[in-house]
Amino acid sequence: MAQSAAPAAIPAAPLTLPLKAIAPWAVFFGILMLALIYFVGAEQGATSLISGESVHEWVHDGRHLLGFPCH
Amino acid sequence: MNSTAVRSLLVRGMLAGLAAGVLALIVAYLMGEPHVDAAIAFEEAHAHEHGEVELVSRAVQSTAGLATGVLVYGISVGGFGALAFCFALGRVGRFGARATAALLSGAALLAVYVVPFLKYPANPPSVGDPETIGKRTTLYFLMMALSILLAVAAVIVGKRLAPRLGTWYATVAAAAGFALAVGLAYAFLPAVNEVPEDFPATLLWQFRLSALAIQVTLWVSFGLLFGHLAERVLNPKAAPAVERTAAPEAAAPAV
Repeated sequence: MAQSAAPAAIPAAPLTLPLKAIAPWAVFFGILMLALIYFVGAEQGATSLISGESVHEWVHDGRHLLGFPCH
Repeated sequence: MNSTAVRSLLVRGMLAGLAAGVLALIVAYLMGEPHVDAAIAFEEAHAHEHGEVELVSRAVQSTAGLATGVLVYGISVGGFGALAFCFALGRVGRFGARATAALLSGAALLAVYVVPFLKYPANPPSVGDPETIGKRTTLYFLMMALSILLAVAAVIVGKRLAPRLGTWYATVAAAAGFALAVGLAYAFLPAVNEVPEDFPATLLWQFRLSALAIQVTLWVSFGLLFGHLAERVLNPKAAPAVERTAAPEAAAPAV
């Protein structure tokens, strides 16, 4: 009985989500997430989209502690 | 229905990432900030010139600034994690939602953070020459991209080998291949060592340890929280069954 109960917990055919359903979300949100990581991790360091140092200075401690090269 | 499932998983992934970010923020503030302050004190004691204009005060940097960085990072990790989960679910092996989320975030912690960290570790203020920021940024993101690509390749190779070697030995072989490729990347990519000569070794070690603790907190709590939420999205009726499987064996086959 103990053995027969164990396999029942594993679904016979694991559920998969079709790639067509994932792709639009992946493209749009992938770009959005990359932009967020860029502003936290790299803006006003090696490259600069916004002039000045304000973004860099604001996220300074997070950038160091999250392991991104800072200055 | 499938697109709706992806959307609700993505929303939950970002929320789980935000919650994991809050926990990581607590670790960052309590464990990391004292070392950042100590490193800045070292920097100021050794600076040749003073009189820089302070754009953002230390009090703001160590609270609101730190929170912005860690929470935004947490949300992005959550969003990427959810998208990778949607793809991995049912494609990597016979794992349920919670196990997939836990394995995925463990693997992502390794590939996204630990592997690049071992070559180009986190540095406190006053470590690092501002002149080389471009080179260091390129190398860090290159190492990260390489590590993620190698990890994905290892999973694909492991899946291909599984019918011939069996799941266990295919996993061992793929992991060994990953370790070998990472070792080669470590050997061939240029080293970066810009630690000032008299910078305290203990402080450097403690800073890097706290940086690692922040990431471990973030990814582990994301994996567990998101797995719980994803299970409820994908298997809404199974929730009461948790109590049933814990009950005497006679009730278990009802699942």
